[in-house]
Amino acid sequence: MKCEMCKKKDATVHLTEVINEKVSKLHLCEDCAKEKSEEMHAHFGLTDLLAGLMEFDAAIQEGATGEDVGVKCPSCGMTYFDFQKSGRLGCGNCYEIFSKELGELLVKIHGSNKHVGKMPFKGKEVVREQEKLQDLKNNLKALVQAEEFEKAALLRDTIKEIEDKLEGKTSSDDQNVTG
Amino acid sequence: MRLDDLIVKRSEWLRGEGPESSIAMSTRVRVARNLKGRLYFSRANKKEREETLNILFAGVKKSSFFKDALFLKVREISDTDKQFLVERHLMSREHAEDIASKGLVIEEKEIASILLNEEDHIRLQVIESGFNVLEAWKAVDNIDTDLSKHMQFDFSNKFGYLTSCPTNTGTGLRASVMLHLSALAMTSQIDGVFDAISKLGLTMRGFYGEGTEAIGDFYQISNQVALGYSEEDILDNLERIIKKIISRERETRINFLRIKKFEIEDRIQRSYGTLRSAKIITSSETIKLLSAIRLGIDLGIIKDVDIKKINEVLLLTQPAHLQKVAGKEIPPYERDIKRSDFIREKLGVA
Ligand SMILES: [Zn+2]
Ligand SMILES: [Zn+2]
Repeated sequence: MKCEMCKKKDATVHLTEVINEKVSKLHLCEDCAKEKSEEMHAHFGLTDLLAGLMEFDAAIQEGATGEDVGVKCPSCGMTYFDFQKSGRLGCGNCYEIFSKELGELLVKIHGSNKHVGKMPFKGKEVVREQEKLQDLKNNLKALVQAEEFEKAALLRDTIKEIEDKLEGKTSSDDQNVTG
Repeated sequence: MRLDDLIVKRSEWLRGEGPESSIAMSTRVRVARNLKGRLYFSRANKKEREETLNILFAGVKKSSFFKDALFLKVREISDTDKQFLVERHLMSREHAEDIASKGLVIEEKEIASILLNEEDHIRLQVIESGFNVLEAWKAVDNIDTDLSKHMQFDFSNKFGYLTSCPTNTGTGLRASVMLHLSALAMTSQIDGVFDAISKLGLTMRGFYGEGTEAIGDFYQISNQVALGYSEEDILDNLERIIKKIISRERETRINFLRIKKFEIEDRIQRSYGTLRSAKIITSSETIKLLSAIRLGIDLGIIKDVDIKKINEVLLLTQPAHLQKVAGKEIPPYERDIKRSDFIREKLGVA
């Protein structure tokens, strides 16, 4: 059977599509299937989850035979290799430590790795303060460059204050409450 | 509130009302959340899990939504009660099996519930009757916002809510609609739906039964994508596709009645007859027969019983519910007798 899109190569991929509530089969060659799936992505950005997971599986197997990935998450002691075996992360810090690998994996699973949804009530506060902190740090750099050292020293104190506050927030805000 | 109070109360999602209730049974929306700075369940040791559970209970208790809620430690719940909670969709089978340091909070009206120390620290869910995705999400959204005032959730600017499994990362959102697709199943169109669904960022599985077998043609359809779109967009996509499936099911039901009137009436009336006269009946046969009767009500073939009553029988004839109603443990064989008695009573057979 020839591919229905290019009508040249042999059809090796068989897709099912729903258009106007009609289910139709599409027989495509590998190249056209790839193009088609990119088009579907663009349409709603829907991931071919199965493909994503298959690659995920392949990555697990590669990891199992391949090199030992050394970096450990300092909070939970997990390596990326451990994660590949179990499929479960150990803590929130893992996302920071394995940011690059997870970023790629998330694209495979969801078609994206950038959150655009809701934020937690407390998260919002922290995010705002972090943004403010970044602005102040930029100002500080400018002041140092302009050799305005007195002003810079004052600003440095303010930055320290905010950093301490953020640290307090992120460590044990609610965790002293047990019951 | 006590656990036994649930049995006398009717689950909200059993109302059998709600939009599209002749095809859509219920809608469930859940979000996954974790506490910042605490190890995830699979990585934590016994002591850390226990501490986390205490923090979670304390945090949830501060929320006004759970003022009169039921707070349970899973290890303190009896086996029958656990089964009962699973049948009622308030607990997953896995949560019931692995009981160490796991908790459950059930809100007074039984609309919202929270699994604590699941794969993620928090799995907050809301179940509504019928096809009601936005209503269910609104409720989850409000409760989740309130909870996030009392606890600090693991959240990253880039990745969103952080979860133990990367399939939930981002919104942590999963919405599922339980559909009764008897006409699509009878005409084998269901395979096409299965195929199409997986290409559209959704999943589908049989609701009753194990693996691919779908007893009674009840299916659950859920979103898979949780990151890169707002909650509203994810739900909107799910809603659009489910609407199409519902209208296809409806069309097929009507066509079916036109083309194969006698076959379909025969099948439905026989099911009704069996259910009304059986003296011993298993749980899975009950589901199959009730499925046919549900279809019969929708097609106007059966008129002396309504969808609400059928939904109720569907829930109350499951093993643990049957035993809770009887107020005692019943061995399997006697259960099948008891079940038929119960059904005849509910259907008003003298
Ligand atoms: Zn081609
Ligand atoms: Zn970690």
